[in-house]
Amino acid sequence: MNTSLSWIKAYVPDLDVTAQEYTDAMTLSGTKVEGFEETDADLEKIVIGQIEKIEKHPDADKLVICQVNVGNEKIQIVTGAPNVYEGAKVPVVLDGGRVAGGHEPGQRVEGGIKIKKGKLRGIESDGMMCSIEELGSNRDMYPEAPEHGIYIFPEDAEVGADAVEALGLHDAVFEYEVTSNRVDCYSVIGIAREAAATFGKKFVPPVVTETGNAEDAADYIQVSVENKKLCPRYCARVVKNIKIAPSPKWMQRRLASVGIRPINNLVDITNYVMEEYGQPMHAYDLDTIAGRQIIVKTAADGDVFTTLDGQERKLDKDVLMICDGEKEVGIAGIMGGENSMITDDVKTVLFEAACFDGVNIRKSAKRVGLRTDASGKFEKGLDPNNTKAAIDRACQLVEEMGAGEVVGGMVDVYDEVREPARVAFDEKKINRMLGTDISKEQMIAYFEKLDLTYDEATNEVIAPTFRQDLHCLADLAEEVARFYGYDNIPTTLPDGEATTGKMTFKLRIEQVARDIAEFCGFSQGMSYSFESPKVFDKLLLPKDSPLRDAIEIMNPLGEDYSVMRTISLNGMLSSLATNFNRRNKNVRLYELGNVYLPKSLPLAELPDERMQFTLGMYGDGDFFSMKGVVEEFFEKIGMKGRRIYEPKADRPYLHPGRQADIVYDGKLLGYLGEVHPQVADNYGIGTRAYVAVLDMPMILGYATFDRKYCGIAKYPAVSRDISMVVPKGVLVGQIESMLLQRGGKYLESFELFDLYEGAQIQEGFKSVAYSVVFRAPDKTLEEADVTAVMKKILNGLESLGIKLRE
Amino acid sequence: MKDRLEQIKKEAIGAIMASDVPEKLNDVRVRFLGKKGELTAVLKGMKDVSPEERPKVGQMVNETRAAIEQVLEETKSKMEQAIREERLKKEVIDVTLPAKMNNVGHRHPNTIALEEVERIFVGMGYEVVEGPEVEYDEYNFEKLNIPADHPAKDEQDTFYINKEILLRTQTSPVQARVMEQGKLPIRMIAPGRVFRSDEVDATHSPSFHQIEGLVIDKDISFADLKGTLEVFAKELFGPETKTKFRPHHFPFTEPSAEVDVSCFKCGGKGCRFCKGSGWIEILGCGMVHPHVLEMCGIDPEEYNGFAFGVGLERIALLKYEIDDMRLLYENDIRFLKQF
Repeated sequence: MNTSLSWIKAYVPDLDVTAQEYTDAMTLSGTKVEGFEETDADLEKIVIGQIEKIEKHPDADKLVICQVNVGNEKIQIVTGAPNVYEGAKVPVVLDGGRVAGGHEPGQRVEGGIKIKKGKLRGIESDGMMCSIEELGSNRDMYPEAPEHGIYIFPEDAEVGADAVEALGLHDAVFEYEVTSNRVDCYSVIGIAREAAATFGKKFVPPVVTETGNAEDAADYIQVSVENKKLCPRYCARVVKNIKIAPSPKWMQRRLASVGIRPINNLVDITNYVMEEYGQPMHAYDLDTIAGRQIIVKTAADGDVFTTLDGQERKLDKDVLMICDGEKEVGIAGIMGGENSMITDDVKTVLFEAACFDGVNIRKSAKRVGLRTDASGKFEKGLDPNNTKAAIDRACQLVEEMGAGEVVGGMVDVYDEVREPARVAFDEKKINRMLGTDISKEQMIAYFEKLDLTYDEATNEVIAPTFRQDLHCLADLAEEVARFYGYDNIPTTLPDGEATTGKMTFKLRIEQVARDIAEFCGFSQGMSYSFESPKVFDKLLLPKDSPLRDAIEIMNPLGEDYSVMRTISLNGMLSSLATNFNRRNKNVRLYELGNVYLPKSLPLAELPDERMQFTLGMYGDGDFFSMKGVVEEFFEKIGMKGRRIYEPKADRPYLHPGRQADIVYDGKLLGYLGEVHPQVADNYGIGTRAYVAVLDMPMILGYATFDRKYCGIAKYPAVSRDISMVVPKGVLVGQIESMLLQRGGKYLESFELFDLYEGAQIQEGFKSVAYSVVFRAPDKTLEEADVTAVMKKILNGLESLGIKLRE
Repeated sequence: MKDRLEQIKKEAIGAIMASDVPEKLNDVRVRFLGKKGELTAVLKGMKDVSPEERPKVGQMVNETRAAIEQVLEETKSKMEQAIREERLKKEVIDVTLPAKMNNVGHRHPNTIALEEVERIFVGMGYEVVEGPEVEYDEYNFEKLNIPADHPAKDEQDTFYINKEILLRTQTSPVQARVMEQGKLPIRMIAPGRVFRSDEVDATHSPSFHQIEGLVIDKDISFADLKGTLEVFAKELFGPETKTKFRPHHFPFTEPSAEVDVSCFKCGGKGCRFCKGSGWIEILGCGMVHPHVLEMCGIDPEEYNGFAFGVGLERIALLKYEIDDMRLLYENDIRFLKQF
């Protein structure tokens, strides 16, 4: 929504503010001004001058020398403009002044152009005469300006006067952000009312006078509304003996200032009233209306209709149409038809000002594929009580401008009259809600500034129907607050019952995950929750993989963002690939983000959102560095039990011989491994990469911050080294299981200290050496205690096909 | 005898003085004080001394031994000190050589900003909670006073899964979920991922983060909301920060406001950063709409409260002067390492 300051002042005559003051105050009272443009920002020292004498330039064919009277002096100006003549009154920029731009349309220059005395082809020139474009405006606003050349003032213009003033360019155009609840502020009158209340000035809306001849519009047109829900009110008036002509300058300028191009008096009137009252109107050529009747009803599926822009539009049964006795003549609230549009030889016009259902208009405009200024207003949901004022105002303008003869009376189909809302008032509650101490009288004064009335008898505030946003006490509190000033409301802190500030256990564990990952050199990344269904092929998932059962978005931004991820690897691998492409070395990333597993498809209930702790790296480090991070994490969150790394995980996206499922207490917690070279290729990662994924919901079941101190050993430990020749197929994990199984109560720890495969070892075997430590909490261990246990361990190891080395 | 001892003492001190390394001192100790040393030999000769003389001679031997030991210790100590000093001289390193880094990883700027916000509100007694990212229309819209056919529900803003289920467009549905649980009073913040169908560019992302705040108690006022958010802004952007509350409209709060903070780059004078206005918009807020309270099973006559929503990326971009939102989701290590 835009308005010029001068248009607002037309209804708030006492308003005397700068554009900046207006912007600040209106924004603080709730009508947010997004920005403004001062039309005279770059205009300086420009007066009305009269050309007294024109001579040829001695050295240039296309230039002339003008003697110009600028009031208190006469100056000489050299110009190349083709349209100057002796006696013409023109805008003159004096030496040291500024203009807004060049003389071609759209040539505005930031900060303007400084004009100085100078010589043109050897002849002194003391200033410059300017075109409308140089004054920063255009021929839409000043259609009387020539297409090429200097702007010429009317003969009665005062020589020496401020040319900018004379053109009405001491103005500013504001752009507002109107919130969806304030439908009334999509009109100049609505904003002017707010401005008057904000600055405490008198609000003077247009006075709409009685119009029309002795005839009755009902004799010209009959209206019936079949769908009253979609059209609560339909007003029609008739104007005959139409005289199409340009509208007056003031109207053209006001329309152009808000970006509407003036066309002719009739079209301009409907546009003007739409801006002024916020009520779109339409004008039909009454002679094209068959049977002199208007029927408002919905279209049939498959109907095709040509709108006045010449385009064919496909309709359906939910699109509301304006029809005559035979045919469709307009899409209600969106655009009229070509078959009934106003032409230059129109004789009789039917004005329509109606109220249509906003939701229906919005949906229809979308389906039909046609959003217009009118539909943009209707879709907010307009006040049916505004239509009469708007149509009467249009007829008043027709009479004032001599655009035709207004027929008396109005055809008005309006069954369910909308009544003003009555809201119970309670100043104590409002003060409690706001934390203020504002008197009842003050509150009522604020209401009255806004045309809300207070009914003392019922202690109610009556909101006119244009204020559709006022329903309850909280709504009234906001009106009080914005005119009392949000700034003036005190600042306090809630007292009430004390509450404990805390994080959920899940969030605390995630914090530990971040700490550990970062400690181990991993930086945090973030990737999107939705991705392409092609991801599954990239990750080599088999066709029947349940991970392919992803939730699809109905209206995605494109296929690349169309399914909710069921596996977190794609984001990580894509990020690693980005870094690899950019030649970043030694990259370690982690992410904490959800995957979304549907319980059934199509989705009937919310999916299982599972937080995944995903790590990925390439460069320095290997599988065991990644395993180290995972182990550090488990230690830190108190998962002291044995983590089992199950090698036969069969995950297609990982290297078949370098992957493991992570199992704890018999439950799968996640996996890690080297990325399958084919997958790495698919992502363009040209090196070995490693990933680990931990399923946080599973981990939360085991994580704990409880710790118990169990004493520091007082008695000496006994250590034994075991050197073994182990068949290749036996995993170190099996040896460790055996140590745990048979180590007895004195087993304290064990450590792998040598692993060797190669020349000195028999083919098919590897050399493994462990150091095993025993300790008793309550005594010094004796040789016999250890020997017995060692014998059990060694027997066990031999049963795995392991030979002990001498 | 006395002369003999004097002689030994003299010889021993001479040998000590002649020693240049600790090993030689040890030789001296063995030669004079050892089991087979010269002083021991003198003691062994005590059998030739008369019993009356013996204590006297014994004392003389001990004195001699003590004298030699003292010189020996002093010399040894001096010698060791000299050696240590020599070693320290040799061990000088170039402390300006590069450090051996552990190469600790870096936290995402979003998370750093979020942890700041969490710290502030947890300190004021707020609980940090979460809600689902795939959400029912009912929670995302209806319970927040955005009925069917409201323009905000228009498809162009919301990603739908089906008619009832969508990707939440805001963290506000967590408000409704927490209120429904009925545990009062409530002081909570709910950070999380939200989704809007905006094409990716320097200032838009179809996926971003918000932090929702909600306080429900008896007698909560707009003044409390102002005070709370003032504390928040000062904590987050510095003690000089000023706040400005502008009336606005949100369907689930009434009265509603947008909050600007004084530009922390220019202090409010106006600069390129704040587009010359001196103010930067950071959040939306308001008093929870009584209708929303009712829909969530809270009696608006007894309880009321306020809510606010902050865009996390907005805070992160502002605080760290990041000029392109896409950087946040590219995960380029050169970007992440700066935080």
